[in-house]
Amino acid sequence: MLDSDVKLIYERPHGFTDVTTHYCPGCTHGVAHRLIAEVLEEMGELDNTIGVAPVGCSVFAYNYFDFDFVEAAHGRAPAMATGIKRTLPNKMVFTYQGDGDLASMGMGEIIAAAARGEQITVFFINNTNYGMTGGQMAPTTLPGQKTSSSPLGRDVETQGYPIRTAELMSSLDGASFVVRRSLHDARNIRNAKKAIRTAFEVQKHGMGFSFIELLSTCPTNWGLTPVKARDWLREYMIPQYPIGDFKVSSAVEELVKGG
Amino acid sequence: MALELIKGNVAVAETALRVGLVSYFGYPITPQTELLEHLSARMPEIGRAFVQAESELGAINMVYGAACTGMRTMTSSSSPGVSLMQEGISYIAGTELPAVIVNVVRGGPGLGNIAPSQADYTQMVHGGGHGEYHLIVLAPASVQEAVDLTALAFDLAEKYRMVACLLMDGYLGQMMEPVELPPFAPIRTQAPSWAVGAKHPEGERAVLTSINISPPMQEIFNVKMMSRWEQIEKDEVRYKGYYLDDAEYVVVGYGTAGRIALTSVRAARAKGIKVGLLRPITVSPFPVEVLDKLVSGKKGVLVVEMNNGQMLDDVSAVVAKRVLIHFYGRMGGMVPYPDEIDAAIDEMIHGDHDVNRDARGIWLAKMRELVGTGA
Repeated sequence: MLDSDVKLIYERPHGFTDVTTHYCPGCTHGVAHRLIAEVLEEMGELDNTIGVAPVGCSVFAYNYFDFDFVEAAHGRAPAMATGIKRTLPNKMVFTYQGDGDLASMGMGEIIAAAARGEQITVFFINNTNYGMTGGQMAPTTLPGQKTSSSPLGRDVETQGYPIRTAELMSSLDGASFVVRRSLHDARNIRNAKKAIRTAFEVQKHGMGFSFIELLSTCPTNWGLTPVKARDWLREYMIPQYPIGDFKVSSAVEELVKGG
Repeated sequence: MALELIKGNVAVAETALRVGLVSYFGYPITPQTELLEHLSARMPEIGRAFVQAESELGAINMVYGAACTGMRTMTSSSSPGVSLMQEGISYIAGTELPAVIVNVVRGGPGLGNIAPSQADYTQMVHGGGHGEYHLIVLAPASVQEAVDLTALAFDLAEKYRMVACLLMDGYLGQMMEPVELPPFAPIRTQAPSWAVGAKHPEGERAVLTSINISPPMQEIFNVKMMSRWEQIEKDEVRYKGYYLDDAEYVVVGYGTAGRIALTSVRAARAKGIKVGLLRPITVSPFPVEVLDKLVSGKKGVLVVEMNNGQMLDDVSAVVAKRVLIHFYGRMGGMVPYPDEIDAAIDEMIHGDHDVNRDARGIWLAKMRELVGTGA
């Protein structure tokens, strides 16, 4: 029995199914999922949302979110979301993609969707590696970073440079709201949630394409404890991938100001 | 209704729109482009979705998304573009979604050329993507038939929740013929309950995927798909027969090759030769039983195609060396003239009668003489 002065301040979001995720301890996919579910619930959009899952660690995202979902081919989520949104323009449609999915396999689809100004929201989880297949080099892998397919550390001479995806997306006129946030501590998580809310509001108001890059940890493939993984993100990822707003259209600025 | 003189590509596009196409996604490629161009004007005009995608890969995955909503959707392309779509086609098949794909086939392989060809028969009929699945493949031989089969393709795709294809060629896409278009049908306003965004039974939601991480579950799904295909093979075979009642010899050809073969069959009939034509309209499901009954007791079968004998393999499997088989084909975007098929009919009647003959090998040897090997 709860005493009458006890206030419920934290519960499982109603946008979640009653399922334990398969994500590794310390992985921030769970945090990202939770923020999205919370925001959609706060906006009253749970019954009006269609999610598009990627190929990668979050391939089973549809098992955890409790609303309509589809599962795309590797990298093609923005194209699939385009097909859904163009057919059902009143639905809230989002993709949830990792760095291999979005920035390698699906670079064509994401750039084209942003350039068209598709009225969709894209969540881009950047954890500098291919999580699901066991930690191979991704387009986001840092110079010198060791992965299972760059065992001596990413050599930029032969393996190229990491892609700053949010900055790249921000150059496209069709993109209205492009930001990077991080999930490594409470303050940043709160800021990420605010950005997620803005992104969905952008879509709800028909203001164009919204894109949120979320810096995330991968303790298992990085070979670090969850706590050390958070430190590693702060120390090494943020200098390469600065947190910030890269594109906020004037209409979106007004929307944010208007609260 | 009055007949209108329309190009094949445009006729297919206009028909799709009239039978309730809600969204179209495509990419320009010759000899299919007029289809996309027509819809780029007409779809927005009547408030429906049109997107010129970044690639055929983008287009087919937009179709994949749109098909998840249960609303009529389609794409169109030509051979190299359809190759690029194979990934998405496999996913759509694996998710059991209705969609229509038009392939206006051109000469290949590779970039090939833009001339009419049937070189994608195997790719469309026997599956070009990974995994095991079937497509319903309809092969028109005239612009009117392309119109009629476009409407049918949407119905079959929805009836069986699978991909239905129109297998055309550059001739059918580019040719103008007088046709009667269907009247405007109302678009579906209520999506089926399995679709995303649709009304679901209380407490349920739609999750559409092609993933079956457990092999036993995948196998059960595959059995379900195969069982559905078995039913389609029973119920949906379509073909046209010409002069078959008293025929001693049978020509088998589909699409443009079938149409040209009909000219030759008529010429042979005029000379008193008892030859008929079987023109499969569904090349998938292939008219196996029809052909099986038809060839028994016949003196010979001639397969005519604009490829290297891709349907010949399917015909040979049915005939199973009971009857003499001949083959005549042109490749690479070359189209046979009727006199070439006249000669092939003549050879079937007067040439060797060994049922064990290697129809393709003998044809190929002749082709080496006729066009050379470029060596």
